[in-house]
Amino acid sequence: MLELYIIISFMIAGAIIAVEMEDLLSAVIALGAVGMGLSVAFLILKAPDLAITQLVVEILCLVILVRATVKRDMPEARGRKLFFPLAAACIAMALLIFFAIAPLRELPLFGFPYMKVSETYLKDGLRQTGAANMVAAVILDYRAYDTLGEATVLFTAVMGVLAVGRRIGRKRPGDPDGEE
Amino acid sequence: MTVYLLCLILFLIGVYCILIKRNLIKIIIGLGIMEYGLFLFFVLVGYRMRGRAPILEPDQIIADMVDPLPQALVLTAIVIGLATTALLATLAMRLYEKYGTFDITQIRKLRG
Amino acid sequence: MDETAHGMTIIVKTVTRLTVGLILLFGIYIVLHGHLTPGGGFAGGVIIALSFVHLMLAFGKGVALKKLSRPMASCIESAGGLMFLAIALLGYTGGWFFFNYLTGRGQPFRIFSAGIIPLCNIAISLKVGAGLFAVFMALVFLGVWEGDKK
Repeated sequence: MLELYIIISFMIAGAIIAVEMEDLLSAVIALGAVGMGLSVAFLILKAPDLAITQLVVEILCLVILVRATVKRDMPEARGRKLFFPLAAACIAMALLIFFAIAPLRELPLFGFPYMKVSETYLKDGLRQTGAANMVAAVILDYRAYDTLGEATVLFTAVMGVLAVGRRIGRKRPGDPDGEE
Repeated sequence: MTVYLLCLILFLIGVYCILIKRNLIKIIIGLGIMEYGLFLFFVLVGYRMRGRAPILEPDQIIADMVDPLPQALVLTAIVIGLATTALLATLAMRLYEKYGTFDITQIRKLRG
Repeated sequence: MDETAHGMTIIVKTVTRLTVGLILLFGIYIVLHGHLTPGGGFAGGVIIALSFVHLMLAFGKGVALKKLSRPMASCIESAGGLMFLAIALLGYTGGWFFFNYLTGRGQPFRIFSAGIIPLCNIAISLKVGAGLFAVFMALVFLGVWEGDKK
């Protein structure tokens, strides 16, 4: 699994660059690189469905974030370096690592999952649903409630964006004609 | 085990970014990095060594497929993450219009 | 459609004219074969939305709005969601909810197989595609932020 380690190291390096860059546009593009690396990692881990979805979703996310950050720079506010938030954040992260090590040890060895439920899905999947793509059979037949919930969340988020992005107030003279 | 630790490091970079940075766009970037770490962890748990992708072919035996259940959960989560990021970006643009900055220490005044 | 005042340069416009139809066709292919090959409704819907976004980025806002105006995008998204629910509720009289009641018609590994799964994929792709395109349109028309307050 050498290529998996290389890709995850690339993602970590890209994430560190995205966090520490001062120019917003470069940080967004570094985030895009991390997303593409994740798509390649999904391919290495034998999940082609996820690789396709992650790739196109990453492209759309990049377009939206670039739209939000271009021409909008934060003026340099190198203010006082507050000590208290930094200390609190370090303590929180140390606690997180401390409480995460024990459950990570309880997980099965990497590459040998338990798969108690998925054995039934894989054995009877073709006979019961008739689909050849097992992931599609799981999300649209065995677990269709989750897909219904996801459709609802997506609908709500779209309504939220359309509601926040409305032009409220009086129309100023000389405004270009937006919709409605 | 080391793969899980690398994934945890990626998640922690996202947490660090959300807690420390003052720029609103950096907070959105940190949230995105946390999501990537989470998706990677889910798919890592369901991986079988020398397994196959969970797609059946007309003439083969079902043996050694990776777990399709975490992949189904992550598929839903990816699209929800996109919708959340779009909503956050819209809110950030509205805030910039009103206050002129992305700095969260100056967007404290919750006027009408 | 050939105004050089809006949109991008002439090279981008020519390439877009050649490829945007192919992107839409590719998205529809991924949706329809969602139960045989990797992909499905979500990935195909995002690709369909990306083809319209590509059209708008290359040609300007007016052209893309003519192809898919905003009330139309709202209608298609709502229709997709309602279609998904209707497919789920159609087996209600038999005591089922989200049950795959159409299995057994059609052989596996063909397009017309797997019961309600292709229909659900089409409904989801309509919803995701139109919804994400509406999100992008709302972000484009959000503000005329160049600091002008006439």
